[in-house]
Amino acid sequence: MQITSPAFKANARQAMADADLQRALGNVERGFIEKRAKAVAKMPEFEELRDSARDIKNHTLAYLDLYLEAYETRVTEAGGKVHWAADAAEARNIILDICKSVEARRVTKGKSMISEEIELNPALEAAGHEVVETDLGEYIIQLRGEHPSHIIAPAVHVNKDQVEADFRRVHTNLPADRNLDEPETLLAEARGILREKFLSADVGITGANFLVAETGTSIIVTNEGNGDLTQILPRIHVVIASLEKIVPTLEDVSQILRVLARSATGQEFSVYTTLSTGPKHPGDPDGPEEYHVVLLDNGRSAMLGSEFEEMLRCIRCGACMNHCPVYHAVGGHAYGWVYPGPMGSVLTPSLVGVDKGGQLPNASTFCGRCESVCPMRIPLPKMMRHWREREFERHLSPATVRWGLGAWAFAAKRPRLYQFVTGLAARGMALAARNKGRFGWLPLAGGWTKYRDLPAPQGQTFQQMWAKRSRRA
Amino acid sequence: MAKRKTVAAAISAADAGEAPAGLEAGASVGLFVTCLVDLFRPSVGFAAVKLVEDQGGQVGVPKGQTCCGQPAFNSGDRATAREIAKQVIAAFEAYDHVVVPSGSCGGMIKTHYPELLADDPQWAPRADALSAKTHELVSFLYDVAGVRDCQARFDGTVTYHDSCSGLRELGIKRQPRHLLESAGVNIAEMKDSEVCCGFGGTFCVKYPDLSNAMVSKKAANIAATGAGTLLAGDMGCLMNMAGKLKREGIDIEVRHIAEILAGMTDEPAIAGSPDDHERDL
Repeated sequence: MQITSPAFKANARQAMADADLQRALGNVERGFIEKRAKAVAKMPEFEELRDSARDIKNHTLAYLDLYLEAYETRVTEAGGKVHWAADAAEARNIILDICKSVEARRVTKGKSMISEEIELNPALEAAGHEVVETDLGEYIIQLRGEHPSHIIAPAVHVNKDQVEADFRRVHTNLPADRNLDEPETLLAEARGILREKFLSADVGITGANFLVAETGTSIIVTNEGNGDLTQILPRIHVVIASLEKIVPTLEDVSQILRVLARSATGQEFSVYTTLSTGPKHPGDPDGPEEYHVVLLDNGRSAMLGSEFEEMLRCIRCGACMNHCPVYHAVGGHAYGWVYPGPMGSVLTPSLVGVDKGGQLPNASTFCGRCESVCPMRIPLPKMMRHWREREFERHLSPATVRWGLGAWAFAAKRPRLYQFVTGLAARGMALAARNKGRFGWLPLAGGWTKYRDLPAPQGQTFQQMWAKRSRRA
Repeated sequence: MAKRKTVAAAISAADAGEAPAGLEAGASVGLFVTCLVDLFRPSVGFAAVKLVEDQGGQVGVPKGQTCCGQPAFNSGDRATAREIAKQVIAAFEAYDHVVVPSGSCGGMIKTHYPELLADDPQWAPRADALSAKTHELVSFLYDVAGVRDCQARFDGTVTYHDSCSGLRELGIKRQPRHLLESAGVNIAEMKDSEVCCGFGGTFCVKYPDLSNAMVSKKAANIAATGAGTLLAGDMGCLMNMAGKLKREGIDIEVRHIAEILAGMTDEPAIAGSPDDHERDL
């Protein structure tokens, strides 16, 4: 996928002018936030669970190599195979080879952001495989030729009436007078179409919310049941996951699951929590004949030991973007790559480079709402600030910003000079504003005065007035 | 983590009704004026001085202060931020307490200075010591000086915006509301009072379109309360919201909470003019 993160400002302007998008974004701002707040209010130990979840992941990351090796051993013992992929191209090639080995015609997919990250769908289609997304949101955006705009609600930018129009356009074999007015009837229609795809798929590809080192189990958390049909019915099940999804034990998973759904959708638990360990075993009524896990690094191991390591605790609940006023204003596509919102603003520069992703950690007021709801207590604003430091060190920030900052810093480090200059500015600006108390326009302040007035100073600085008071005393 | 618990503990102690004993006699209090109060609205600084002096504090205003360093810190210029942090520490460490009429600058000194200087054996203990005795103004009055009844009176309905740093870094939420209510103020809560106004320091000029989207929502929420006055504890947010409300022609007075608590409302409101005041009279 073409990365447009460097054009974030233009993307954002376009998004703010998009009436359909703005209509859809209203749902994020209300629904997700209220549901999470209710779920959290019902659980007095929620804050302690966040601490516990954070500690589990910190421990895992400290011994990541050991847990990954243990996981591979268990998967192999269960009859599966682990493939290590250093980057996106390797991961794609491994999956293409697997699909080729069974001459797969149809490939069904459960929801997976890693699949977006490695651009799997275009590669599969180019190799002649039919790809069917089976998560309702993913199915909708596949019909529309779009990418997810949210990590757990990929089609959150689309309104119901737009989905209805897409279904009528694509499902031409169905009667034209069918009722598509309600979410339930839309779901029933998609389900009808998808059932036949599930039954005829050769390969099923899913993501993973967790990989359990203790048992070699991969776990997916879903609400539609599409993940189960994707992984049980075809001959081959491929799990595609990044390596930080590892967790030591099932006990650890059950701890983290208690914060995941509550943070994401406000549910106490997702409708389906599906565990899979290897292929069909003797005596099993169903299941795949082959079970593969593709473990993707793609820049993550380089984050270990850096100031961005804590980002690897992320469990992809989406709470940060659900609570982000910037995300509310522009939606997910404006961020220009796979991962939007605050988590994307930290992760994108880590995975594609700060030269391409640097706009994202700058587009934040550091309001801190993301960190305050993150179930894994990831200090997102602090890490965005670290990216700004990397940019500053590499002289990537714009020259005007660097110059302005340099001039300001020169004065701020010299209090007498600073007070002299601010004294002049206070008087000059107050005179220029005359008696209006504000400016509608001011040279060099266009960024401010384009949309709002600039309050005028009162006339003298506090330091000047305080000096006078002290002299009187 | 430890610091967050301390704030939480202080708040829960206050919730339990245990007001702190008050300021020790003759305590010296350094006022960190903040660059925006210094340049744009000195009357807020004098309101802060009055509020601290009313509690028996001996207020000093070191000349060695300019800004807390946040513009450099948040622009990635860590070296400059560290130099300014050291300048502030040197200027203020002799005081018993340091008071800041801003949650943003207060949060910078209290939570970010220790983090900025953590790897400097000379300065880390000094940053920690300053952090421990630095307080945002309203939190100082409520959590340190134990003020529960405000002496000033203000008749009218206000709405209060929770500035992000004060709220999330310093745990300031109920203190301003309690003190305002004790002054006879009627508070009409706005929708999403805890959502950012879109100021964000340099953010508002680096991303003016985004900032405008955020402050537009904020202005609509403020207007919907029907309150006659908007209050907050941070000049940055106040100037942003006041500038937007004026531009939209929404007639609401915007003031720093210190002005109300000190009973010092003679100056025209933020972005207001002396002419507005005459018209009211």
